[in-house]
Amino acid sequence: MSVVEYKKYCCVTCDLVYDEELGFPEEGIAPGTLFEDIPDDWTCPECSASKSDFFLVE
Amino acid sequence: MTGKVEKIKTGIENAGVADATAAVVKEDSAWIKNKRYMYFASMILPGIPILSAFLAGETGNGLWLWSLFIVFYGILPVLDQWSGVDAANPSDELVEELKDDRYYVYILYGATIMHWIALVYMAYTVSTLDISWFSILGGALSIGLANGLALVAGHEMGHKVNDKVQVFFAKLILAVSGYGHFFIEHNKGHHKDVATPEDPATSAFGESIYKFVQREIPGAFRRAWELESARLHRLGKSEWSLSNEIIQPALITITAYTLMLAYFGPVMIPFLAIGAAYGWWQLTGANYIEHYGLMRERDANGRYERCQARHSWNSNHKISNLVLLHLQRHSDHHAHPTRPYQVLRDYPEVPGLPSGYPFMLALAMFPSAWFSLMNPKVVNWAEGDMNKVNIDPDVKEEMFKRYHNPKVA
Repeated sequence: MSVVEYKKYCCVTCDLVYDEELGFPEEGIAPGTLFEDIPDDWTCPECSASKSDFFLVE
Repeated sequence: MTGKVEKIKTGIENAGVADATAAVVKEDSAWIKNKRYMYFASMILPGIPILSAFLAGETGNGLWLWSLFIVFYGILPVLDQWSGVDAANPSDELVEELKDDRYYVYILYGATIMHWIALVYMAYTVSTLDISWFSILGGALSIGLANGLALVAGHEMGHKVNDKVQVFFAKLILAVSGYGHFFIEHNKGHHKDVATPEDPATSAFGESIYKFVQREIPGAFRRAWELESARLHRLGKSEWSLSNEIIQPALITITAYTLMLAYFGPVMIPFLAIGAAYGWWQLTGANYIEHYGLMRERDANGRYERCQARHSWNSNHKISNLVLLHLQRHSDHHAHPTRPYQVLRDYPEVPGLPSGYPFMLALAMFPSAWFSLMNPKVVNWAEGDMNKVNIDPDVKEEMFKRYHNPKVA
């Protein structure tokens, strides 16, 4: 059984962090949802920037 | 020669902005590529105070120092009306081609240098020439207008947070007028709270610019400081450190202003103060115009809906968009905050201003004229339902009485 390594992505404009492990349940994005699996038309819940404005955090 | 006209799925739609209709891409690629050279305006405009200071020195006539002031309020609005609106939007292919072209960034680096030269050369001129206070005032106000343009370029570069060089130049150009905290406050504050009563950089219906500025300038500074302190605390640092991105540009400003005061004498006190304050005032004006009265609705949980295309006022006038780096295509800017200026798009059916910012900035300074032009537009936007309008709480009752007349579906 492989362990999924969850990553974090940060909104370049407002600094909001998307943690794959936690998801965004209130946004309908379940915990464990990989960033790449979020629909492309999803936008930052804080500042409305587009999904492409998120970058991978080390 | 003939631009192709097609409908595409828009970036705004991609960004989940439901109410924006698709942008009609009228790709006039010849015009869009020609604009490449017209963006030199960002370097030429700060050249006007430089040239006018030189002419004042050559002729001994200090009235030259008013040049940029006259160009900005007298000539730009006329050119704006004359040149009309810019129908061209770049297609997706053209966006791909232009968005990473460093040329557009280098123009802004050039503008940064020009703005510093303009400030120092104008400072030198007003301190060495034997000219009247009226002429010095003209020089200070012209520099103030240049400072406003510097803030526009700083805004553009300050959004490119992952490009260290652009952020460095953003700090450098914002420091010309001592407004270095702006890019922090704007990115993490304004973009989050835009079109809500919580945002000190969103003006309310019935609020004059003179009332707005008293809320905007201190509110923006406070928010910037809180955001930056929080960031530094997360990193285990004190806010009183050189890592503080508000302190960094502030040090540039303090150093430069102190040196000018030392070399050019006490006339620098009013000159620099008026120049900086008038630059700030331009930014206040832009903030005042961009979202006047518009408000995002709250959902059942009390959370604001996402910022949509309908939450920004737009102007698609050619000349002012060239000068202001397409800041007036403001709906697209909020949907794509990092999208570079050369590829920002206009959308049909977004809230529209009757003219570009130069005229609207001037109009905002006359509140009764502003209200009589803009209030009906806001009411129309809200379909007469004043519950949907971001109203200044002090005049809420009065505005409801006067304008509330919701359309029944």
